[in-house]
Amino acid sequence: MNDFIQLLLSGLASGSIYALAALGFTLLWQASGTINFAQGEFVMLPAFLMLAFNSLGMPLLLSFAFTCFVAVVVLGWAFKRGLADPLLKFGMMPIVVATLGLSIAMKNGIRAGVSAEAFPFPSLFGDAVFHVGSSAITAGDVGTLVAALVLVLATQAFLNKTVTGRAMQAVAQNTDSATVLGINVPRMVFYTFAINALLACAAALLVTPAYLAKFDMGEGLSTKAFFAAIIGGFNNSRGALLGGVIVGVSENLAAHYVSAAYKDAVALVIFMFVILVKPQGLLGKKVERKV
Amino acid sequence: MFNRNVLIGVIGLAVLLALPPFLKNYGIYLLSYWLVYVIANMGLNLTVGYAGQKSLGHAAFFGIGAYTVAILMKAGISFWIGLPLAVLGCFVIGLAVGFPALRVQTIYLAFATLGFNTAVWLVMRNEEAITGGTYGLNGIGRPSFFGLSLDGSLPFYYLVLGTAIVLALLMWGLLRSPWGKAFTALRDNPIRAESLGINVQAYTLLAFAIGAAYAGVAGALFASLVDFIEPGPFAIGTSFMMYLMLVVGGPGYFLGPLLGSAVGVLLPEWLRFAQAWYLFVFGVAVVLLMLWLPDGLLSLPDRLKARRQAREASAARSASAAKIGGAA
Repeated sequence: MNDFIQLLLSGLASGSIYALAALGFTLLWQASGTINFAQGEFVMLPAFLMLAFNSLGMPLLLSFAFTCFVAVVVLGWAFKRGLADPLLKFGMMPIVVATLGLSIAMKNGIRAGVSAEAFPFPSLFGDAVFHVGSSAITAGDVGTLVAALVLVLATQAFLNKTVTGRAMQAVAQNTDSATVLGINVPRMVFYTFAINALLACAAALLVTPAYLAKFDMGEGLSTKAFFAAIIGGFNNSRGALLGGVIVGVSENLAAHYVSAAYKDAVALVIFMFVILVKPQGLLGKKVERKV
Repeated sequence: MFNRNVLIGVIGLAVLLALPPFLKNYGIYLLSYWLVYVIANMGLNLTVGYAGQKSLGHAAFFGIGAYTVAILMKAGISFWIGLPLAVLGCFVIGLAVGFPALRVQTIYLAFATLGFNTAVWLVMRNEEAITGGTYGLNGIGRPSFFGLSLDGSLPFYYLVLGTAIVLALLMWGLLRSPWGKAFTALRDNPIRAESLGINVQAYTLLAFAIGAAYAGVAGALFASLVDFIEPGPFAIGTSFMMYLMLVVGGPGYFLGPLLGSAVGVLLPEWLRFAQAWYLFVFGVAVVLLMLWLPDGLLSLPDRLKARRQAREASAARSASAAKIGGAA
């Protein structure tokens, strides 16, 4: 039972990280139809940036702020203008391959230009361990879970409660009507790219103490984020949270109680089940076929 | 136009037949490696390029083919029995993988096939009793052909080349047949294809199954070529690479796999002068190539033709405008 509580908590923590990455992924897809196969590298790069700023003597939170700024410019604006805008009108294949190429370039650029080794990363929450009853709970897990939840809910609130957020949703649902209503569509699309970059930075800040900063740290993360996004519902941002948590918790429990070697298959089995039973995802809405 | 294509084909074939004896062993190995990928990508071209089914799990079939032949050959069974079994196995599993495609499309299908690939890879890695796990299977050996030993790298290269040619001719025939037209109809407008009486379900499944069978042949040759297999080359990274090669070469172009596999297999070798940076350069090159030619390298002639026609049209327009202006 004590094991169970610990596993549940660390599963929730890693699940909330998947949710952050998945949320950015679904937002991009909804607003512009961009499928970003470099999503994992979008987490890896800020991790290295933060380490760089940190080694210049900045405190962690200040280097996080600087990294956010750089990420919005590079992973948000430059990515949108340089890759997404010119390629989206050619359908899904070119953007998929271009982001695959981007992912290869980013990974190997870091490997060649910085190092192939894993770097330790300071944790925001320290490494205290609490004992509740006889189960040990780490401050890192609790802090990650709370911070990621707050971020997802804040993004949600921003999308639902503010005028800008509503406008972004309108663009996602029907670009033509949004244009007619006087919404500045390109700007709203840029906002989604910026939010995606910010969420990636936050995910980097939270996940790197556990994963260590390494050029290939994004690989596992991005596949899990994709699966989480689809399990929850690709066209619903609340789905990302649900999907992330389901994947994180169930794979942690399965690794302990079923088989550690097949841990990665858990997300897959749930995903296959969802695809076959409810293809639009647990919280997604059905999309009609068009001639 | 047709004659020019035939001419290019004949010259290409002559080079592929005559060049290898003058190459070092590594060069022959690379060419064989490239042809293996050409075969696999021909299958992917049918599934993705012609039938429009977004498959990101092609490396799984590649692996199933490789492991089938490797396990059978280790058990002392001939390559020539292993090969058809590998193809048959891939065909059947391909049919099964096609079923999600009847329910979901585009990105959902891509991830379903990606998931399938991960599952296959996990089995290869974890079931040590059958697949050797991460230690893999070595000493697979090469087949002989009617008493002719193919152990050397050159004879084996000609086996791969011969297989590639036979499979390319088969694919050519398939694409020119009503089946081929049905596949492209499926890609271009599934609902209209359905209303024209094309059995959309059957053709979707077949697109996967035939594509998978090609990957099975490629996998069988791959196992024998490298002599040692482990799960690594059949992970999702390879599926991504195959998809990348296909789109870079030109999906839906018959010769797309040829060029695309050259970009994916030979270009990184050629880029080794960049040393540690070579994969970085490769990634950047892919991004730039997509920005320049989003429909792949083989769309370049079409693009040039369209540009020339536009230029001629505008020249004709300004000429006639000048004539009218001169008359008035």
